[in-house]
Amino acid sequence: MESKPLTLKVLDIVAILVLVVATYMALNAPTERVMGEVQKVFYFHIGTAWTALLGFILAAVFSVVYLATKDLKWDRLQVASIEVSLVFFLITIVLGSIWARPAWNTWWTWDPRLTTAAVTELIYVAYFMLRQGIDDPDRRARFGAVYALVGGLSAPITFFAIRLFRTIHPVVIGGSNAEAEGGFSMTADMRTAFFFALFAFTIIFIDLFWNRIRLGNLQEKVEQLKLKVTM
Amino acid sequence: MTDKIDTVVEKSVKPDARPRASIRPSASFVKAVSAVVWKDLQAEFRSRELFSAMLVFSLLIILIFNFALELDVRTRQSVTAGVLWATFAFAGTLGLNRSMAIEKDRGCLDGLLLAPVDRSAIYFGKVISNLAFMLIVELIVLPVYSVLYNVNLFQPGLLLVILLGSIGYVGVGTLLSAMSVQTRTRDILLPILLFPVVIPVLLAAVKASSGFLTGSDLADVMLPINLLIAYDIIFIALAFMVFDSVVEE
Repeated sequence: MESKPLTLKVLDIVAILVLVVATYMALNAPTERVMGEVQKVFYFHIGTAWTALLGFILAAVFSVVYLATKDLKWDRLQVASIEVSLVFFLITIVLGSIWARPAWNTWWTWDPRLTTAAVTELIYVAYFMLRQGIDDPDRRARFGAVYALVGGLSAPITFFAIRLFRTIHPVVIGGSNAEAEGGFSMTADMRTAFFFALFAFTIIFIDLFWNRIRLGNLQEKVEQLKLKVTM
Repeated sequence: MTDKIDTVVEKSVKPDARPRASIRPSASFVKAVSAVVWKDLQAEFRSRELFSAMLVFSLLIILIFNFALELDVRTRQSVTAGVLWATFAFAGTLGLNRSMAIEKDRGCLDGLLLAPVDRSAIYFGKVISNLAFMLIVELIVLPVYSVLYNVNLFQPGLLLVILLGSIGYVGVGTLLSAMSVQTRTRDILLPILLFPVVIPVLLAAVKASSGFLTGSDLADVMLPINLLIAYDIIFIALAFMVFDSVVEE
């Protein structure tokens, strides 16, 4: 693959357009009565959250396929997926925190979703630290696959464990409904903005994912060329 | 004369046609596992390096917690389970790291890999020996903590939780230490890899432990214990499946 495929070039432009439109729609959507302007953060918060989680699940699937086939292509796919998801999930967490400050009067709370989010983010940061310490590409791929599986399996277990065991103790002064996410009813305009934002972030995710895969493939090519030159 | 030479040559060249006594695969697996466990325990018994390091480290952590948290009589009750498990988690990484590092550095791992046994036998062997070290350290820490803080920790329920939690911790930890020992960043990497993944164990273990210590209903305590059992089974099964790809060359 030499130059960027046309589809990808088009997708790049579409992704930028869609992001601009989503921002416009989010900023011009009707203001929510109780929370005010800060509620608009949700459009992007949920958009990035759902794509990131999808990316993490995909990564676990890629793990299994790689371990079964030992084809390094799946490793490149996994790295791309986790890298993009890691950044998207960080955006999710930061946006959520920005929302939480005025809504719950705290930047952070240790409820199941947030705690699991923090743990999950740390798992995938650890994934990259693991890969960084290995030079052999085959070993790196194998270890990455194993850890993505182990981590991907433990994240949902963590979520359910916290939900089962953390009793309701009042942590937040001022914000009583910790389950407020989705706890506001949306008008038709808000719904359009919301679903468009979800669609927009899916497009952006696919675009970034594809670009990252392409980057990985090019890196691989460079490595091979380097070997040829030195031989 | 030539006859004799022929016979000798024939005997040396002809493959041994005598069938070997058939060994059931499961028997050789158990033999391999016990061989690995025996080797580790023997080595540790002679040098005691792992064991003394883990023990002293645990006691020091308890000491630090004494200054970090105000462990007066009232707060002690609510905090004991957490302090214990934090201690076990940190001391545990020490043991896991050294245990695998010893294998790698002395070339034992390569030797084990050359043996004609299922790779997962090595995994189970290491899990059992790591578990043994961790349990011994825990069994010493418990009375020390009991004496220092005047709380009775020798309750069967608590011991069960410690056993189940340690199994989960060591099960995942052995797999991850097998990986981390082969990287450049080695010792530092294991806690980074292990702690996020082992959070359900810590969570359930602390919940169950404090349940037993404060005398909660059995129903409340069974839930985290069930989670511990589920976690142990899931992750040991997973490790069993992937260990091969972690140690192969």
